[in-house]
Amino acid sequence: MNASVKETQFHEELRQSVRAVCSKYPDAYWRELDANLTYPEEFVNEITSSGFLAALIPEEYGGSGLGITEASIILEEINRSGGNAGACHAQMYTMGTLLRHGSPEQKEKYLPKIAEGSLRLQAFGVTEPNTGSDTTKLRTFAERRGNKYIVNGQKVFISRAEHSDLMVLLVRTTPLEQVKKKSEGLSVLLVDLQAAIGNGLTVKPIRTMMNHASTELFIEDLEVPAENLIGEEGKGFKYILDGMNAERILIAAECIGDGRWFIERASNYAKDRVVFGRPIGQNQGVQFPIARAHINIEAADLMRFKAASLFDAGEKCGAEANMAKLLAADSSWEAANAAVQTHGGYGFAEEYDVERKFKETRLYQVAPISTNLILSFVAEHVLGLPRSY
Amino acid sequence: MNIFVLLKRTFDTEEKIVISNGSIVEDGAEFIINPYDEYAVEEAIQIRDSQGGEVTVVSVGGEEAEKQLRTALAMGADKAVLINIEDDIENGDQFTTSKILAEFLQGKEADLILAGNVAIDGGSGQVGPRVADLLDIPYITTITNITVDGTSVKIVRDVEGDSETIEAALPLLVTAQQGLNEPRYPSLPGIMKAKKKPLEELELDDLDLDEDDVEAKTKTIEIFLPPKKEAGKVLEGELDVQVKELVSLLHSEAKVI
Ligand SMILES: Cc1cc2nc3c(=O)[nH]c(=O)nc-3n(C[C@H](O)[C@H](O)[C@H](O)COP(=O)(O)OP(=O)(O)OC[C@H]3O[C@@H](n4cnc5c(N)ncnc54)[C@H](O)[C@@H]3O)c2cc1C
Ligand SMILES: Cc1cc2nc3c(=O)[nH]c(=O)nc-3n(C[C@H](O)[C@H](O)[C@H](O)COP(=O)(O)OP(=O)(O)OC[C@H]3O[C@@H](n4cnc5c(N)ncnc54)[C@H](O)[C@@H]3O)c2cc1C
Repeated sequence: MNASVKETQFHEELRQSVRAVCSKYPDAYWRELDANLTYPEEFVNEITSSGFLAALIPEEYGGSGLGITEASIILEEINRSGGNAGACHAQMYTMGTLLRHGSPEQKEKYLPKIAEGSLRLQAFGVTEPNTGSDTTKLRTFAERRGNKYIVNGQKVFISRAEHSDLMVLLVRTTPLEQVKKKSEGLSVLLVDLQAAIGNGLTVKPIRTMMNHASTELFIEDLEVPAENLIGEEGKGFKYILDGMNAERILIAAECIGDGRWFIERASNYAKDRVVFGRPIGQNQGVQFPIARAHINIEAADLMRFKAASLFDAGEKCGAEANMAKLLAADSSWEAANAAVQTHGGYGFAEEYDVERKFKETRLYQVAPISTNLILSFVAEHVLGLPRSY
Repeated sequence: MNIFVLLKRTFDTEEKIVISNGSIVEDGAEFIINPYDEYAVEEAIQIRDSQGGEVTVVSVGGEEAEKQLRTALAMGADKAVLINIEDDIENGDQFTTSKILAEFLQGKEADLILAGNVAIDGGSGQVGPRVADLLDIPYITTITNITVDGTSVKIVRDVEGDSETIEAALPLLVTAQQGLNEPRYPSLPGIMKAKKKPLEELELDDLDLDEDDVEAKTKTIEIFLPPKKEAGKVLEGELDVQVKELVSLLHSEAKVI
């Protein structure tokens, strides 16, 4: 058997196994969480204990040492099943920062526990109220005093902070005025959330359109041991940036999973629903939007796998990863819209789950990076146009 | 303990069956481990974990059954054997399969052999008992519980909804009934480990068997789908008129009275 057939078989096996886990968490499970704005505790525990979230962690630290291709397949299948990988995807994309830039002691201390599930690394604190997409202007400041950092500032839209043990936090350690380039002077701290909450860190939930456990963080004289600095002081922005490609590819895969779910639901409904004496799917006005969304999902999927294989081969993939994210987020949104429209009034009814997934997939037009910023990136870095931001 | 599991690759229970030119169309259908065999795999793993030993899963079939064997390895079985009959046998039956399995198991000194109660495709329920018979060991079918203690075994079996408790001794063959356990799904580390586990492929030659030795004892004359359900009939009118009509219909149309 040649290597590529073997790989395809392995990916199929991976998909089947993730589906087997997800099949224990049907629509009704996610619907109820959505209605009560609760975190999918049981699902996250099970997908962790069955090893899937540790796909990217090297075998020496208790993971499976797989690539971003496999990680993306896992997240895709979660969303494809009707669930929401948003509850647990951050571990996969933030872990790279620790893996690539953490010290041997930090890796030894945290990675095996993250792999087995006794420690959750699901929070990632970058966005601030006044800086938004312009990340390097962030103001949360960490001042080094002896063997500690004293952190002050504010973060917004930090998801899962209430359901995570650790948080990767991006802070300024040298004031913007004192650095040559604005991307310098930022650092990454690993914050022990359990210890921090109530001791300088206040977490306030933000109600959003969907169930995403997002919060606002108020940080006042929070002490973080200096040993929790990841990599070198001042180089944090670079560390975060090189995790971005992984994140883009993973989010693209989730959107593709969503898209396939919408297409399946819409097609099935259009075949069954009879109005004016025939299935609504017999009308081109109904079937064309579904067909077009399907085509766009398939195209986005090609770009996602292209980006993922470049990433896994250790090659440059910034353009491909960003393009995959844009194509996938656009097409999942297109599919979502087609699914709502196809379902008529029932598209709005909670028990059909279409409105829930519609809300969930809408996020990926804006977070973790908004579509405009991807266009700006491609215009500047791929096409050589003047920088617009 | 030396444990063997007999495993068949079958149609997914959710597949719609399509017949074309007298045979079932397999294109595009999903295939799974026969669900009853899945209980057998799970039970074998649990017994091995508590008693020690080794679990070998064996399948008679084609190249494609490798996938289901891999899944069993990913669940936790130690070794897999595929007896590939693709090139040798065109029309086998339960005799064929059991003869091949028995030949393979001969001399393997199995302590316990687990199989499914039936395969959901053919539904004959014959393979397990036939293998036991050929090996000249006892068998117990449709088990819902098994406890192994040394060489003695306590079993609860399902008897058309009632249960019967039996004590037996190893070596033994049992067939699994629904309710025996809740089969696990493969974890990611399980899948990774399975890649390195041995999967041996054998052909009839390797078992010193000829096609003639295993030639089917039965012949399939025709394969057809059950007739489509006709729309029901609702009787109307006065009760005694309805009763009279019902009796007359049962007599003249349904011909049951
Ligand atoms: C549910 C949810 C969960 C989130 N989780 C996290 C998290 O866990 N951690 C975290 O750090 N952040 C998180 N975020 C924040 C998210 O990353 C930001 O919302 C996103 O990066 C956009 O930043 P902003 O909201 O400040 O928008 P802004 O930067 O204010 O942008 C507003 C709009 O203006 C556009 N825009 C801005 N600049 C330009 C330009 N130069 N050219 C063209 N258009 C421009 C943007 O595209 C956008 O449409 C989350 C957000 C949400 C909604
Ligand atoms: C929040 C809400 C409030 C509502 N309030 C009221 C109310 O107060 N009173 C009331 O009576 N109703 C109400 N409705 C019902 C609403 O009017 C119907 O949902 C709407 O008319 C669509 O009907 P349907 O849902 O049965 O969709 P369907 O008729 O099943 O249509 C499904 C899809 O198929 C398309 N379609 C169907 N036939 C064709 C065709 N021949 N060619 C092309 N496309 C076709 C439709 O455009 C639609 O996209 C409400 C609905 C909602 C969601």
